[in-house]
Amino acid sequence: MTGFIIRRLIQSSLVILTMTVVVFLGVYAIGNPVDILMPDDATAAERDLAIKSLGLDKPLLIQYTTFLGNLLHGDLGTSFVYNIASIDLILLRLPATLELAICALFIAVLVGLPLGLFCGLRPGSRLDKLIMGASIVGFSIPNFWQGLMLIMLFSVILGWLPSTGRGELGIVFGIETSLATLDGIAHLLLPAINLSLYKLSLMIRLTRSGVREVMYLDYVRFARAKGLSETRIVTVHIMKIVLVPIITVLGMEFGSLIAFATVTETIFAWPGMGKLIIDSIMRLDRPVIAGYLVVIVLLFVFINLVVDITYSLLDPRIQVGGRSA
Amino acid sequence: MTDWINYDHPWRLAWRRYRQSPFAWIALIVCSIIIFAALFAPWLAPQNPYDLNVIDFFDAKLPPGSPSQSGFVYWLGTDGQGRDMLSAMLYGLRISLFVGVLSGLVAILIGMTLGMIAAYFGGWIDALIMRIVDFMLGFPTILVALMLLAILGQGVDKVIFALILVQWAYFARAVRSTALVEREKEYVEAAQSLGLSPQRIMFIHIMPNCLAPVIVLGTMQVASAISTEATLSFLGLGLPITEPSLGLLISNGYSNMLSGRYWISLYPGLLLLLTVFSINVVGDRLRDVLNPRLSR
Repeated sequence: MTGFIIRRLIQSSLVILTMTVVVFLGVYAIGNPVDILMPDDATAAERDLAIKSLGLDKPLLIQYTTFLGNLLHGDLGTSFVYNIASIDLILLRLPATLELAICALFIAVLVGLPLGLFCGLRPGSRLDKLIMGASIVGFSIPNFWQGLMLIMLFSVILGWLPSTGRGELGIVFGIETSLATLDGIAHLLLPAINLSLYKLSLMIRLTRSGVREVMYLDYVRFARAKGLSETRIVTVHIMKIVLVPIITVLGMEFGSLIAFATVTETIFAWPGMGKLIIDSIMRLDRPVIAGYLVVIVLLFVFINLVVDITYSLLDPRIQVGGRSA
Repeated sequence: MTDWINYDHPWRLAWRRYRQSPFAWIALIVCSIIIFAALFAPWLAPQNPYDLNVIDFFDAKLPPGSPSQSGFVYWLGTDGQGRDMLSAMLYGLRISLFVGVLSGLVAILIGMTLGMIAAYFGGWIDALIMRIVDFMLGFPTILVALMLLAILGQGVDKVIFALILVQWAYFARAVRSTALVEREKEYVEAAQSLGLSPQRIMFIHIMPNCLAPVIVLGTMQVASAISTEATLSFLGLGLPITEPSLGLLISNGYSNMLSGRYWISLYPGLLLLLTVFSINVVGDRLRDVLNPRLSR
């Protein structure tokens, strides 16, 4: 187990190192930062001075090591727009995004798991067909358009829920959250539903196929033969096995939720880091773009690592020492 | 006794099984209509929405069913510039499909080649290719595309490039896993003992037997590429204003939506949904039909 974790840690560090090269080349080397930093009417002498002071006249490798050194100190430059250190700016917005993603995941599990379980236990029934059809629609609806339609229906036509912003924040266990106030929950509802719909469909399909695979295995039939109640068979025998791949997928999908939050946050003006990155791209705020990339890579590597380790703990068939399945 | 006479080509068999689902049948027909509409948009559209001589600014933001100054009816209304929505959608569909299909095809080519090479040669080549694949698949499509376009800037070519880059790894993984199984079969051994070149064995002998999963994945990926492009264009990072895909049309309607002019966002979105949905249904059915595990 320790060997496995160490190997995964080394792999993760390699991924992070590769990504720093990509981020560096992408953000600093392809474009010329001077063009953005200097006004159009700057003289050649002024430009030269700026190039020197930014270290842009040095060889690329030196520039990269400087970049890496600064990165280790958490310094990726100051946002042009907000005039705050870019990493601080992103970390300030991170909780709002996490809140949104966690709520969306929660909705997906809470609704998707029972629906998938039902479909798996009664395959071919009318309700199963209906739910499965709906799940293909859920897969196919472009996330952003679905968000617009939610706003149109619930905010414009019905006027039930607010369409923008995060609402009033309250403090629960020392964490600032929208979930603490009614106004906050009202603001959270639409974005969370918008973000969760795709994962909800995925959840239904995963659970259904998992249940169908497990349902006819010998140990389930044996449990039936023993005369155990149907509830016990479903909740203990079937769900225990079905949940293993689902937990893994959920972990990975959490990362994708954070990625898709950029879309949801833009539509609902949710003040998270997803909206920040879109705004920054529009304003060519390079330090923030670089900071976002670094934060997101670290986040993903961390999530993937946790998922892998959890998976190997949950499923004993995965050989920890040798080849992993 | 005459079993071999009744032998049917697997593709024909798959086609016959495909038709057994009426739902999938309808989806296939819808798909064909959509492709037809996109191909012949210039002849089908009531007006050329990008010809400034035809557009009447006084017709801007008319609700569906309003008559135009020049006589014909705006069945789906007009947008903020007075363009006929139906025409704009047909032209937008053209661009969306073009981007989705082209990026999908190139991604298939690259993915299949690399996946095949990985499976056939194994060893460090396999390890290298698959590490890159793992790396690519470790990050969600939309995020990678977003970052690429943030760095590269807008443009059709850049969007297609980004979509290829995020898609090829899926095909490489799928082809590799099938080709690994195929590689061990007798016909490959026979071809090898005939002294055929690795290229010939890989692409003439093994490749046709790896097509089924690629076709299924390819259908789904084209749908996902169309959706991703629309999302990127909606965010303002995808196609430029001169190349208005469905995503851009929806984005243009966004500001009008809050004042009750729903049609500018609603109809392009419905068309986008219909396109992606019908492609997905076809792909879903293809998976059932082409999956050798289920056909037994």
